[in-house]
Amino acid sequence: MAFPQDIDALTKAFSGFGVDENAIIWILGKWYPEQRRSFRKGCSQFFWEDERLFERWDDNHIAFLEREFLRFKNAMVLWILHPWERDARMAKEALKNREYDILIEIACTRSSEELLGTRRAYHSLFDHSIEEDVAYSVHDNNRNLLVALVSSYRYEGPKVNEEIAKKEAKTLWEAFKNVNKNPIEDGEVVRIITTRSKLHLKSVFNHYKVVSGKNIEEDLEEDSSLKDAIQCLSSPKAYFSRILDIAMMGGADEKHKEALTRIIVTQADAYMKEIAEEYLQQYGVSLSQKIEETTKGNYKDFLLTLVSRGV
Amino acid sequence: MATIIVPDHTSPVEDAENLRKACEGWGTNENTIVSILGHRNAVQRKQIRQAYEEIYQEDLIKRLESELKGEFEKAVYRWILDPADRDAILAHVAARNAKSDNRTIIEIACIRSPEELLAAKRAYHFRYKHSLEEDVASRTTGDFRKLLVALVSTYRYDGDEVDVSLAGSEAKILHNMIEGKSFNHEEVIRILSTRSKAQLNATFNRYKDTHGASITKSLSGNPADEFSEALCIAIQCIRSPQKYFEKVLRNAINKVGTDEDAITRVIVTRAEKDLKDIKDLYHKRNNASLEHAISKDTSGDYKIFLLTLLGDPSLILYYLS
Repeated sequence: MAFPQDIDALTKAFSGFGVDENAIIWILGKWYPEQRRSFRKGCSQFFWEDERLFERWDDNHIAFLEREFLRFKNAMVLWILHPWERDARMAKEALKNREYDILIEIACTRSSEELLGTRRAYHSLFDHSIEEDVAYSVHDNNRNLLVALVSSYRYEGPKVNEEIAKKEAKTLWEAFKNVNKNPIEDGEVVRIITTRSKLHLKSVFNHYKVVSGKNIEEDLEEDSSLKDAIQCLSSPKAYFSRILDIAMMGGADEKHKEALTRIIVTQADAYMKEIAEEYLQQYGVSLSQKIEETTKGNYKDFLLTLVSRGV
Repeated sequence: MATIIVPDHTSPVEDAENLRKACEGWGTNENTIVSILGHRNAVQRKQIRQAYEEIYQEDLIKRLESELKGEFEKAVYRWILDPADRDAILAHVAARNAKSDNRTIIEIACIRSPEELLAAKRAYHFRYKHSLEEDVASRTTGDFRKLLVALVSTYRYDGDEVDVSLAGSEAKILHNMIEGKSFNHEEVIRILSTRSKAQLNATFNRYKDTHGASITKSLSGNPADEFSEALCIAIQCIRSPQKYFEKVLRNAINKVGTDEDAITRVIVTRAEKDLKDIKDLYHKRNNASLEHAISKDTSGDYKIFLLTLLGDPSLILYYLS
């Protein structure tokens, strides 16, 4: 008979984010056939009684376990890749899965030269330009925004024209107020968001608050590409911190969970410190502690190592 | 092929000193300026500027700007710049001016290689503290804007891989638009501004095979609006830049009151690239050499400079005399 606490521990070991390799080795490795059998019989969330009289493992859970075991490997591979190749591969995958928020994240949070590097790597890897693939695969009204974002090569210097920023803030405000037209289809909105420098846009967003009384994000529809783009452009650390929190929430689906690896790995050498500070401020718990609570095993240790590099 | 004639060995220091002498004292010795700069390639010109700066603590370009005037000055100024800087300046002037100058922007976007376009955009950031995209976008509207901004923003795949069946389907989309069967500008803009040049040329070839006439022929005739005109120019630039430039030169020369701006732009930007091919096309088309036409239509130092860049052999004797 297996001890109830061992059964409990083992169940926990592969029920979350990553797997607790140690628990698996030290508990499971010692079990004899009767112990393993009583585990299978007692664990109805993973096993069920097949009509031909054996305890059968639920297919979904096997798939789930596979993903959780792979999390550490995926994080490691992503970490080793050249940043350009990393972003190019992620972009290709995101395009395939219609995960436009990831494309927007890459296009808006990388520097002009980093995005350029990504576009170069994309040429090498896929024999196409990223813009031609995005333009060809996206058929809904997100297309113009997405193509323009991945093609952007923004000025990165300090010069900002306040008069123009003020004017453009007003243009945006009027576009968002217009109930007859989706702002993402407004040429002026797309022009401003996709061609202006990030510093200029910060000024535009500040003026927007004066003109509208609210933060620009509050005037935008939830779950829209435009909102994601504006968030990434106006405050990447708030954006990253929010996505991390969603990833670590109980019941998060795979798409959201993947973001944990993606963000920690891509930001470890960039904004990590700022993201951790923002996270603490927003959610009242340190990022490291949250990762400690939600993840397991080698995956957890790897993430924590990356996070602590920057802070 | 290039047309400029460049000696085997040059000394940037000697050149800088001779240019200095040409600018000193009363008046300027334009012949010296032409005979030196007109026979130096981009690398050599850059070395001369550096040498001049080191020796005289002065920017050669600024010096020449103050010494020279008129069309000659404009031509020398554009010639002596780094190609990327030159493109940035040409684009900036065009982005600010009248509609007809959008040709220049389309030329730069479509004829330069992806890396050259990138270098131009970087130079533009540096010079103007804006991106070329934002300046073009803020001064244009509608489909015309979409096309222009897209053409300028692109970083095309520069390999030879071509998808033949895609070429077929995209040729069809272009055909439908040209025949007026569809007004879907989005698709045309997508194809022209994102596909690689190899892919586009394959598409244009399929177009010709399927419909008998080349796409540029099908587009000829007066364009209905600035969008159609831009489309036409873009396609010509991608399909056959030399033919396009021959036409620009022909129109500039034949125009009442010659278009010196266009002549300067073509000769200065192509002298180190394919001006020879453009010359040959011009000769074939107009039964007169380009040198002859330029000789008749321009004058003074400006003319001599252009002819030098054209590699006019008769000028070598001119210098020796």
